[in-house]
Amino acid sequence: MKFFQSRLGTWTGFAAAALVLFGLAPLLLSGFRLGLLAQFLCYAIVAVGIGLAWGRGGMLTLGQGVFFGMGAYLMAMHLKMADAEFRNGPGAVPDFMELAGIRELPAYWAPFSSPVFTIAMILLLPTAFAVLLGLAVFKRRVKGAYFAILSQALAGAFAILLIGQQSLGGFNGLSRFRYFFGYNLDDPVNQQMLYFIAAGILLVVLAVALQLRRSRYGELLVAVRDAEERVRFLGYDAANVKVVAYAVAALFASVAGAVFVPIVGIISPASIGIVPSIMFLLGVAIGGRATLLGPVIGALAVAWAQTALSEQFPSAWTYAQGLLFVLVIALLPGGIASVAAVTKRFQRKPVEAAA
Amino acid sequence: MDLLVGQLFTGLSTGSILLLAALGLSLTFGQMGVVNMAHGEFIMAGCYTAYVVQQAVGDAGVSLLIALPAGFLVGGAMGLVLEALLLRRLYHRPLDTLLVTFGVGLILQQAARDVFGAPAVNVSVPEFLRGGVDLLGVTVPKTRLFIMALAVVSVAAVALVLRFTPAGRRIRAVVGNRDLAETAGISSRTVDAATFFIGSGLAGVAGVALTLIGSTSPTTGQSYLVDAFLVVVAGGLGRIKGAVVAAVALGAMQAVFETYSTASLAKVGVFIVIVVFLQLRPQGLFTLRTRSLA
Amino acid sequence: MSAALSCKQIEVAFDGFKAVAGVDLELDRGEVHFLIGPNGAGKTTLVDAITGLAKYTGSVVKDGEELRGKKVHHIARKGIGRTFQTATVFENLTVAQNLDIAAGAGRSPWTLLRRRKHLPQHVTDTMERIGLKDKADTPAGILAHGQKQWLEIGMLLVGDADVLLLDEPIAGMGHEERETTGLLLHDIAADRAVAVVEHDMDFMRAFAHRVTVLHAGAVLAAGTVDEVSDDPRVQEVYLGTAKENADAATA
Repeated sequence: MKFFQSRLGTWTGFAAAALVLFGLAPLLLSGFRLGLLAQFLCYAIVAVGIGLAWGRGGMLTLGQGVFFGMGAYLMAMHLKMADAEFRNGPGAVPDFMELAGIRELPAYWAPFSSPVFTIAMILLLPTAFAVLLGLAVFKRRVKGAYFAILSQALAGAFAILLIGQQSLGGFNGLSRFRYFFGYNLDDPVNQQMLYFIAAGILLVVLAVALQLRRSRYGELLVAVRDAEERVRFLGYDAANVKVVAYAVAALFASVAGAVFVPIVGIISPASIGIVPSIMFLLGVAIGGRATLLGPVIGALAVAWAQTALSEQFPSAWTYAQGLLFVLVIALLPGGIASVAAVTKRFQRKPVEAAA
Repeated sequence: MDLLVGQLFTGLSTGSILLLAALGLSLTFGQMGVVNMAHGEFIMAGCYTAYVVQQAVGDAGVSLLIALPAGFLVGGAMGLVLEALLLRRLYHRPLDTLLVTFGVGLILQQAARDVFGAPAVNVSVPEFLRGGVDLLGVTVPKTRLFIMALAVVSVAAVALVLRFTPAGRRIRAVVGNRDLAETAGISSRTVDAATFFIGSGLAGVAGVALTLIGSTSPTTGQSYLVDAFLVVVAGGLGRIKGAVVAAVALGAMQAVFETYSTASLAKVGVFIVIVVFLQLRPQGLFTLRTRSLA
Repeated sequence: MSAALSCKQIEVAFDGFKAVAGVDLELDRGEVHFLIGPNGAGKTTLVDAITGLAKYTGSVVKDGEELRGKKVHHIARKGIGRTFQTATVFENLTVAQNLDIAAGAGRSPWTLLRRRKHLPQHVTDTMERIGLKDKADTPAGILAHGQKQWLEIGMLLVGDADVLLLDEPIAGMGHEERETTGLLLHDIAADRAVAVVEHDMDFMRAFAHRVTVLHAGAVLAAGTVDEVSDDPRVQEVYLGTAKENADAATA
């Protein structure tokens, strides 16, 4: 364990992860499965953010679907605009709008024909929104269950808002994208490129999260999680500490959503509402919310199980999800990452009692 | 005038539904700090109780009268089991109860789907609740009036039980100061179970009432849950008074927003109002003063 | 020398009930100043008011600056540190990390986002002073009860607080630990003002330079240990019950 805390160990770990993601996976997996893995990696990116905000910061963010959705819709808007322009020239109306009888391009769509603007928005908009909301909530010391419920209500309101917007595809959302920054999405080579992008982003996100954890800020965040008032009485504005983690988690989710769209080919309110937002937490809880890699592994495992089981045994899979929430949170709050520690404690107990 | 009365009425009606859904939560979340996400599924269980009773009895009026207490017992029993099996071990981790009970909710939803099927079922409304009553020039459905009355009765019952019965006094004692109450010989364990029984039973009653104005599906309860939680948050922890005011206020807001915009914008509007409101009163409308830091 | 902290006419009301009803209090550097009084006298509430946790009327002035209405963390930055009745430390962090955080309220975002290369010198010194040098890498959660309280005091020291408000710093400590704590308090009071909220009369007699007795939210008496002990009003309302309190504290 000590080895991975050292600088050399960190680089080794990242090199190994890169080898698996960029070398082994494309070699071993078919194009279809690689596409699935790319999708799972998006969930893993969200999970890293949740691990930071919830596991390290104690903020139970039940509304990550909002930020995931923002990134996804922003990217989807650009892709739809690009497709429309490719077919019918500049200022053209995306196909789904034609079907819905919208002849005029809504004004807020226009800037999204620019890829630079779109990417800037994907990075800035959810982060800024999270900062504003976080300041509003944390400065007033709204925390714990109150914050969890608010974040959940936000996810609900956001999904309902999107359903009502015909110019964003309403209930059906946005789908059928042909090009990704000029690259044909039907081409397997480009699909593989999307996988590499997702894998690369996951590594970057992990590096950022690792730096945050190991920095003084990371220690401070844990301190705020465990004894917020104590931190405040030491002269820190604890709200700012929380806002940073919350905003970073939002940024991660947004980026994940943006990559998710070209990989999966559809984004709709159904995948970002209250229930999907909570589902993001399942993998994090299973893997170990306070660890760096636990959320990633947990998210990948849950997504894989979902794909493997949900179509064949939809009923059993739902029961399994429910049971996992109950068992992991109630009996193993540290996730699988804590199994080693728990067993060690059990083995050590008699010794301590004797001493 | 008509529009105003109509809006006022819609607001009150929405508010009373919210209140029925939130009243039990206000007890369990407010007084015990447990965030019970399965509360929505307890409401759903109340809906299906009404459905099952009607299938068995036939007559809509009689079945409603049976279903109300039956719904209370079904909801209450589920709450008791949940409290005894899981929540009792988690009182010191309130945030974790949220995810645990969400899991329980998932299981209950799927169970309902397996037993009753995914499509919605309907419960017929008794003869004496069909049609409407003219009130200040507006036709008001009798079912809505019934739900308002039920909400008033439920609130009154809870308030009376808390204030005047020995069990209620024990509940308030434990809420006020758990350790002190225990030293005074009150078993907080029994009291917790009792609170959970009553709170969850109220969810069952809410479920029975909801069948009068809509159809029932496995996800029925879930759709009310978040709004119900917002009512408790805005009302202030552990305050029945707060829940009543917040429920009516949220109901009215929802109604007004919907008149001037769309239902979807109304949801967003309500959310924004609550966030702004929490800027002014982070602890909700009414607060219990305690010396604890949390 | 002027007072390090001067409180005038502090009043704290909860729903009409006056928990603190017009208290004047001056804390001087170089003194260990005990705040005593029966349960409900308003001692902790007074500390809450000074540190910005409880709303009050009146005035609290430190170094010529009015502190009323300032936020908790701003007041803390002005050099007013407090501890809590139950020692509150960051249980999942090590002793060194606890102290490093406490020393860093003024750090820039850039410093915060980097790894700690080595501990600041005054953190290492303080660890020595509070007797936890060999526990630097021990998680605070597994420290003994008394050690946690020393750590919490140490956290105020590295944070450069020069007015320390300690809420029952020896609660649950054994005899030797009390002695050590008392000497530590005298040591740190050399260039600071230290106020101690305490129930333990023996501890008070042994280590107080000055005593203020609170009763029902008001100052009943103030002065040296002897002056206060001889005051008939104090004997009447307080010392009669003091023995019980002292017994309860040691039990």
